[in-house]
Amino acid sequence: MKLYDVADLAIRNLRESVFRNSLTTIGISVGVASLVAMLSLGIGLQQLASRRLQKSGLFDTVVATSRRDLRNFREQREEGPPPAESPSLDEPARNKIAQIPGVVEAYPDIRFVTEVRFDDKPHLTMVAGIPFSARSNNDAFDGMQGSFFSSDGAAEVTLQKSFAEELLGITPKPGTDNTNLADLAKPLLGKELTMRYAERASAPSSPSLGPSNSAAYSVVSRQQALKIVGLTDLDPDSLRGTARARVFLPLKLAQDLHVMQPNLRDTSASDSPSYTSLSVRVQNPNQVPAVEDAIKKMGFSAFSIVDATRSMRQFFAVLDGFLAIFGSLALAVASIGIVNTLVMAILERRREIGIMKAIGASDADVRGLFFAEAGAMGLVGGAVGVTLGWAIGRLINFGMNIYLERQHFPSAQIWSVPMWLVLSAIGFSIVVSLLSGLYPASRAARLDPVQALRYE
Amino acid sequence: MDISGPNSVAVRTENVCRHYQMGEALVRAVDGISVDVRAGEFVALLGASGSGKSSLLNLVAGLDRPTSGAVIVHENNLAELSREQLAKYRLHTVGMVFQSFNLIPRMSLLENVELPMRFAEVDRRERSALARQSLERVGLSGRLSHRPMELSGGEQQRASLARALINRPKLLLADEPTGNLDSRTGTEIMELIRSFNQSLGMTVLMVTHEEALAEKYASRMLHLADGKLVNDLSNDGVRGISSEPMQAPGPGGKTQ
Repeated sequence: MKLYDVADLAIRNLRESVFRNSLTTIGISVGVASLVAMLSLGIGLQQLASRRLQKSGLFDTVVATSRRDLRNFREQREEGPPPAESPSLDEPARNKIAQIPGVVEAYPDIRFVTEVRFDDKPHLTMVAGIPFSARSNNDAFDGMQGSFFSSDGAAEVTLQKSFAEELLGITPKPGTDNTNLADLAKPLLGKELTMRYAERASAPSSPSLGPSNSAAYSVVSRQQALKIVGLTDLDPDSLRGTARARVFLPLKLAQDLHVMQPNLRDTSASDSPSYTSLSVRVQNPNQVPAVEDAIKKMGFSAFSIVDATRSMRQFFAVLDGFLAIFGSLALAVASIGIVNTLVMAILERRREIGIMKAIGASDADVRGLFFAEAGAMGLVGGAVGVTLGWAIGRLINFGMNIYLERQHFPSAQIWSVPMWLVLSAIGFSIVVSLLSGLYPASRAARLDPVQALRYE
Repeated sequence: MDISGPNSVAVRTENVCRHYQMGEALVRAVDGISVDVRAGEFVALLGASGSGKSSLLNLVAGLDRPTSGAVIVHENNLAELSREQLAKYRLHTVGMVFQSFNLIPRMSLLENVELPMRFAEVDRRERSALARQSLERVGLSGRLSHRPMELSGGEQQRASLARALINRPKLLLADEPTGNLDSRTGTEIMELIRSFNQSLGMTVLMVTHEEALAEKYASRMLHLADGKLVNDLSNDGVRGISSEPMQAPGPGGKTQ
């Protein structure tokens, strides 16, 4: 029989006992739905965790430092040229690093302790420059109050929550962490604060000393008015431990201010700055070791936290495996439903099978027909099940976000149904249905036509 | 139509047996029947209930396999065919009509008649035209979309005949085709079968227990009792293609 005829007859047969076949198909749908819902939550949680970790910069960042920096204790243990011969970590070096395959951006690490005045009160804090790309890839800015910097050079700042509390003179009660960010933002957003800092200005060069006299510079005290545009709850600078900044400037602005940084070897002139360290962001955590090697070959020190994601991935692989097994249990139960339905159909259509064989249907024709019926139930059950599973996942996500909101956490997408999950769930449903159809189909094909025709 | 000459053997059974085990007892439904049927003959199989006539018909139809002996139809030994080949044989070589019509109730007449062509993988448009033609030939052109239950017994049997003939078989096997019909309708069906036998030269094997019907239409009558052939009569009153009954040849013998 041609495929079209098999499909046509199968659909007619399914429509004939529409109630029973619908119940069986609903059974498959529930099985597929539970599988999809479980896996979509597993995948969603995995994506959430890896997104958080990636945005934290822990796994996709290599920090490059110059070996000339005497404070760098690591240099003694590293291979490569001795510190004195190590190249300077300047703008050409930064461009070269930015061109290593896999590197998304390389930006200088600018941070300094300085005085910030607000309401005529001085506050001493660590200030750091933040690259403009952080807007989309640093999740500290996801749930922020106010907005990110309007441009890379804007005279704007964002404050970390604890510093905002300090500015407003609020002392959070010990043990509680529930000061509402929106309450803090109201009196601060749009206000100005003044940052006082020391500018490193190049000294007028003397022609007799030549261009090598780049070490000469002077320090000028300056101040800069900055507009508060945003407040973050999470710490954008969580990597830095005790050196964490609480006030953040656009990186370009921070560079242009030529703030004197606490670096013993920072002796370059302002027109050719040498950086203390560069943060090198890599496209994919897998590329970190290669980029690290490339930077080391250029004569700089490089370090990163690699392989820490491996255990996380392993955890999620195990979790997904468990979720898939539990989800598949429902599908296994549903497959018994298919066997039952088709065996019942054989009993009901025994005579019809006999007639078909008497007028020339082969075993393969009869087998194909029952197979097609099982496959069709699998296909429809799979499609309905994926939709149902998607809806269940959404519902759980919705409920979870209400809960998170009540706990003053930013909302999160803990559920994800990628296209591969949709297709493989439907495919899996069809395969399970076909396997369930194996026994009934071969039983129908083996039916003795003489016996079947006698059957009333 | 590929029908062999009038003197060739269409069906030959060689000492064919079909025995069933029913609990302790061995039922000899067909017990050593040897018979030759020439192409184009109209043969009636007569006998009481349980005489083995339907069992013999099922063996010739390829629906059942003999316990021993051979059934040779147009030089194919059915016992040697695989299940797949036997299905092909049923599809292309034989057409069957049954006492209870055996149309599929949830299909229209047109779809019922089309069904064997689905198995034969005939193109969709072509088979619809052929099915219409076939139903027209049995006088059912106005009933194409009716379901079997909406028709009289006679009409159902005519539809069943249309289905049996759709793949142009060489052999028409009829199992009590008038058994569920009144005598007037039964006569109509028999006239149709005779017309196919005569106009198409189709060999007909018909099981019946109505002697009068056999005498009127069949060119040859085989009487069975207890699974054995007890009488083989040619019916001179009927103008068949062949009127000479043939004796089964000995082992290894072939058509003269």
